[in-house]
Amino acid sequence: MNKLSVNNLLGVQDLTKKDFDLIFNTASQFKEVINRPIKKVPSLRDLTIANLFFENSTRTKLSFELAEKRLSADVINFSSSQSSINKGETLVDTVNNILAMKVDMIVIRHPYPGSAKFLSQNINSLIINAGDGTHEHPTQALLDCFSLIERLGDLKGKHIAIIGDIIHSRVAISNIFALKSLGAEVMICGPKSLLPKYAESMGVNIETDLIKALRWCDAVNMLRVQNERMNLNYFPSTREYSKLYGLTNEKIESIRKPITILHPGPINRGVEITSEVADSENAIILDQVENGVAIRMAVIYLLASKMKNISSAE
Amino acid sequence: MIILKEMLERVLLDELKINVLLHRLSCQLLEFHGDFTETVLIGLQPRGIFLLDRIVELLKNEYGIKDVKVGKLDTTFYRDDFRRSKKIHFAKATELNFEVEGRKIVLIDDVLYTGRSIRAALTAIDYYGRPSIIELLVLIDRRFSRHLPIQPDYLGVQIDAIEGDRVRVEWKSEKKSDCVYIEKES
Repeated sequence: MNKLSVNNLLGVQDLTKKDFDLIFNTASQFKEVINRPIKKVPSLRDLTIANLFFENSTRTKLSFELAEKRLSADVINFSSSQSSINKGETLVDTVNNILAMKVDMIVIRHPYPGSAKFLSQNINSLIINAGDGTHEHPTQALLDCFSLIERLGDLKGKHIAIIGDIIHSRVAISNIFALKSLGAEVMICGPKSLLPKYAESMGVNIETDLIKALRWCDAVNMLRVQNERMNLNYFPSTREYSKLYGLTNEKIESIRKPITILHPGPINRGVEITSEVADSENAIILDQVENGVAIRMAVIYLLASKMKNISSAE
Repeated sequence: MIILKEMLERVLLDELKINVLLHRLSCQLLEFHGDFTETVLIGLQPRGIFLLDRIVELLKNEYGIKDVKVGKLDTTFYRDDFRRSKKIHFAKATELNFEVEGRKIVLIDDVLYTGRSIRAALTAIDYYGRPSIIELLVLIDRRFSRHLPIQPDYLGVQIDAIEGDRVRVEWKSEKKSDCVYIEKES
């Protein structure tokens, strides 16, 4: 099939294996496009997309905006710090006002889990979830898996470890769903206080010793400690966290095998990963950023192709 | 009530005739492009690639052209029927590993029908640069069915087929032999 099974991208949990294959195949073609001298295609020239960011973001927002512009869509940006949210307007009202200006697609990031789904149930537009609180970040998981496949080939049977602040991480949840759909085995590793209780029910291996996790895995996804989501102390000190869970050259050398290293960014150099590891050959952190644009182009393109047919709408 | 439509199938060109046409098209390309130093042959995904491969094979093996630059072009993202037709196209690989600026380009496709794929290909090429010339080579021209003012420069055969008819080209690299069929609704 050349169609996605979903009409909105709310989470990777909703995607089928065929959806993943279609998105990755389309993203490969867009990766070729964004490496040309003229990095654009005209497909979405009659669409307008609104990026609604109710939470801070640099990478994801820029990546979505570039993806939209490279598909020739018109783009409007909105961030909550400059908006009428501060004047007491509800989310549905804000979005409906934007849609009244004839916007066709909404990309939303919001601190509340489930906000993208809530919007999809209450407004008449196509929604892409760019991160809803600690719930899901589907395009990040898609680009992580796409980058891993580029490096490791088919992920079936591959061992992938996700290290660090799992409990606050939408990247971790989306990655677990995506990797398992693609047949990989997943391990989460971190201090017990940062591992969620529901992890076992997601069918992942749980480990608290970083060296053991490194020995087990083919690739490792290092997560940032999300201090902004912590309202109490989850570990004694950053220094201790870094000593036990920070990825260093010594730890990698001690296991005597190459490991592919991912990081969703932003990096806290010296905390979860040292500079030498982040800049090493096995780190594919900048590939992830490049692939992020191609993956978002693919998702937007494929969802747009399912939108109401222009000739039948008239 | 379900109405079953049966398709009647007729062979339009057999292997021998296709072979003659391929040789003629290759000779015509030779006549106008000489040693192919400035020329690039670009097959349109997906079905134009088979014809491209056969012509390149002939140019190399039968006519002694050593170096033919070839490319593959997928026009999915440049089509004018995006969100307008029920059919959703599946993007395939584009491989243009050379500058198109100033080059002579020959677009190659198996069947020319409405001309919209060729228009999409012209738009796509425009995004890579400005060639000096773009020409079109097709095996089959379904005349009287064009939506746009597009005509081939190198042509295998012209056929009359009404809307609803289907022209199907099979190649021996994928099926048992080279053959062109026309399918009509009964």
